[in-house]
Amino acid sequence: MQQHQYDVIIVGAGGAGMRAALESSKRTRTAVLTKLYPTRSHTGAAQGGMCAALANVEEDNWEWHTFDTVKGGDFLVDQDAAEVMCREAVDAVLDLEKMGLPFNRTAEGKIDQRFFGGHTRNHGEAVVRRSCFAADRTGHMILQTLYQQCIKQNVEFFNEYYVLDLLMTDGKASGVVAYELATGELHVFSAKSVIFASGGFGKVFRTTSNAHTLTGDGMGIVWRKGLPLEDMEFFQFHPTGLAGLGVLLSEAARGEGGILRNKDNERFMERYAPTVKDLAPRDMVARAMANEVREGRGCGPDGAYVMLDLTHLEPAHIDAKLPDITEFARTYLGVEPYTEQIPVFPTAHYAMGGIPTNIKGEALANNDDVIPGLYAAGEVACVSVHGANRLGTNSLLDINVFGRRAGIAAAEYAETATFEELPENPEAYVVELVEGLRNSTGEERIAAIRSDLQATMDLNAQVYRTEGSLKQALVDIEALKLRFANVAVQDKGKRFNTDLLEAVELGFLIDLAEVLVVSALERKESRGGHFREDYATRDDVNFMRHTMAYREVDADGNETIRLDYKPVVQTRYKPMERKY
Amino acid sequence: MDVKVKILRYNPEVVDEAEWKTYSVTLQPTDRVLDALHKIKWEQDGTLTFRRSCAHGVCGSDAMRINGRNRLACKTLIKDLNPDKEITVEPIKGLTVLKDLVVDMDPFFEAYRAVMPFLVTSGHEPTRERIQSQADRDRFDDTTKCILCAACTTSCPVFWSDGQYFGPQAIVGAHRFIFDSRDEGTEQRLEILNDKEGVWRCRTTFNCTDACPRGIEVTKAIQEVKRALIFRRV
Repeated sequence: MQQHQYDVIIVGAGGAGMRAALESSKRTRTAVLTKLYPTRSHTGAAQGGMCAALANVEEDNWEWHTFDTVKGGDFLVDQDAAEVMCREAVDAVLDLEKMGLPFNRTAEGKIDQRFFGGHTRNHGEAVVRRSCFAADRTGHMILQTLYQQCIKQNVEFFNEYYVLDLLMTDGKASGVVAYELATGELHVFSAKSVIFASGGFGKVFRTTSNAHTLTGDGMGIVWRKGLPLEDMEFFQFHPTGLAGLGVLLSEAARGEGGILRNKDNERFMERYAPTVKDLAPRDMVARAMANEVREGRGCGPDGAYVMLDLTHLEPAHIDAKLPDITEFARTYLGVEPYTEQIPVFPTAHYAMGGIPTNIKGEALANNDDVIPGLYAAGEVACVSVHGANRLGTNSLLDINVFGRRAGIAAAEYAETATFEELPENPEAYVVELVEGLRNSTGEERIAAIRSDLQATMDLNAQVYRTEGSLKQALVDIEALKLRFANVAVQDKGKRFNTDLLEAVELGFLIDLAEVLVVSALERKESRGGHFREDYATRDDVNFMRHTMAYREVDADGNETIRLDYKPVVQTRYKPMERKY
Repeated sequence: MDVKVKILRYNPEVVDEAEWKTYSVTLQPTDRVLDALHKIKWEQDGTLTFRRSCAHGVCGSDAMRINGRNRLACKTLIKDLNPDKEITVEPIKGLTVLKDLVVDMDPFFEAYRAVMPFLVTSGHEPTRERIQSQADRDRFDDTTKCILCAACTTSCPVFWSDGQYFGPQAIVGAHRFIFDSRDEGTEQRLEILNDKEGVWRCRTTFNCTDACPRGIEVTKAIQEVKRALIFRRV
């Protein structure tokens, strides 16, 4: 076992982690730990853009952006946080440009902007061009640019170090324990501040735009420490995943003029959102698509999907603005988007919930108290700027604004704090976890358990949910937990043991699936990405509040999930019916 | 359909030399090679080791040599590989194999870091964005697509023959800034590439261009850097 000491440890090297590192490494000794290489992070898969009211191509202001974010989130957004994000968005985009990000340009050479779902002028009057973009690989360019800046600034990375535990001393964060993939060795990192920026957990679902590696490790680690997770029932299903595969086709396709059609070739979004049509927020479009399929207006031999139509766009326009996603359609479905419509269906995309934080990125132990030294930013966190449904482009914005804020806050804290003494045998939990799995004599295959988990989540906890379906999911998860206790890791070696890694990841996925379902069962209303057919309307009287889930273990070692609630911060905007 | 996949396996914890192992897998023609590897790992042999993440060609984790050509496993469909015959999968060449299809990527990233792959500017920053015409932006558009997968560098015979050459990717990484109208680091970067292990080692075999899963015209980018060196003008 090796020991290290840093002022600030950042877990995860996607957009939020690297943005935080650029701040904290300026003034404190910082290390970034990632289970991948930084440029492999899923920030790189984001496509359509990052919204900011630059007003480069038409009138706009950050207050309109704030309103759209709050309304898009079905009023579950903490409005103070949304204000911060939308106000700082302008500088966040300009900062990236100054770092070298190659945005597309207007005729005057300014950063170009385009339409995106749910982003409107003057509180819903009409759609507005607010998304700053680099073709349809904006996330790729953000990830590359931040990595390049980290190179310039000599940020220290520990690549392929898989963090498996958070160390706490007297209620404060004091370090992490990591497993080095190349050697199987354990490393104990002592730190004054720990920032989780480890992304989401889309792999609880089968049909997902998420990478194989998005297994909710950061949320899982915090959860097992008895710390709360907020609003886990809110998961976004992106309308346009490639049918059958889930590979993401950016909303920019509709921002650039693409249209969704059913088997009658009808532009069905006109019925669901008469003003903004195909550019309604994602939860509404995803539900509309699923509804078209359920009511027999789906396309294909089984009527299982709808079509994204780009055929009326000029090929040159498609090539300039949407080159990557049209290539995905060609590569994976053999469809030529110039002349053919593309089969699409909702795909699990983004966790609105996560580790609760305040607007500085400080993690919360409950509704009121921060955990000294612990921070979270990006998809792993819940500030909450996304509420019940995130608007497109606001995730790239979130990682830049709150990654930066968490980096600054963590460094400021580390400048005055002292290193806490680590608990005795700090590595004990990870040794037990890893060796328990490696030496297991069980016979259950990792992939079989994971596949069954994803199947029940897709069937019972997806776009449409009921009490019955969620209860079924819970029954299934209970059974899967028993099977997981008997899981087999075939690779017994130390070196690059990805078999072992997958088993650990699966453990986190099962935990988080259960939190999601339990939280969803108790939210007896429909709001944003959480739609209950048995409670089909929003209920502000009983449910205008965040869910806070806690893991509790009784004296006999039995685990239960306790749900508590946290008020929503409302400043400017009173809840109203959400129409587009 | 039943497909035979022959994989070059190597685990230095267990054996001294790499050996080929053949697996039979049932696949759909539209499955990716990554799906085949997952099926083997998940259903037959959990020790099979490879890197992967996004599974749709944007993260750059799973470059490997498939039927003798560098490709991304997640972007190569079975039907495009003549699946009646055995499909061969081996690690990319020229980097030390750590286990099975996993190679040591550190030398590759070191070469990238060496070319100053970041915007260099001087003077005060403008309040708003730097102005750049779309035409100027287009000059380096192609090389911004790079995902650092190493398919190009590890397809290059010069890189295979000695590990000193920066390799195509590092030149692509430098090109992306050399031809960016906002950048002021061109002189320094060109000097780095003028080194004896720099661009002049390129023999224009076009392997890199063929290998690039992002369709970047790598050889053309290298030629543009050579020209910039000769004329000291971009």
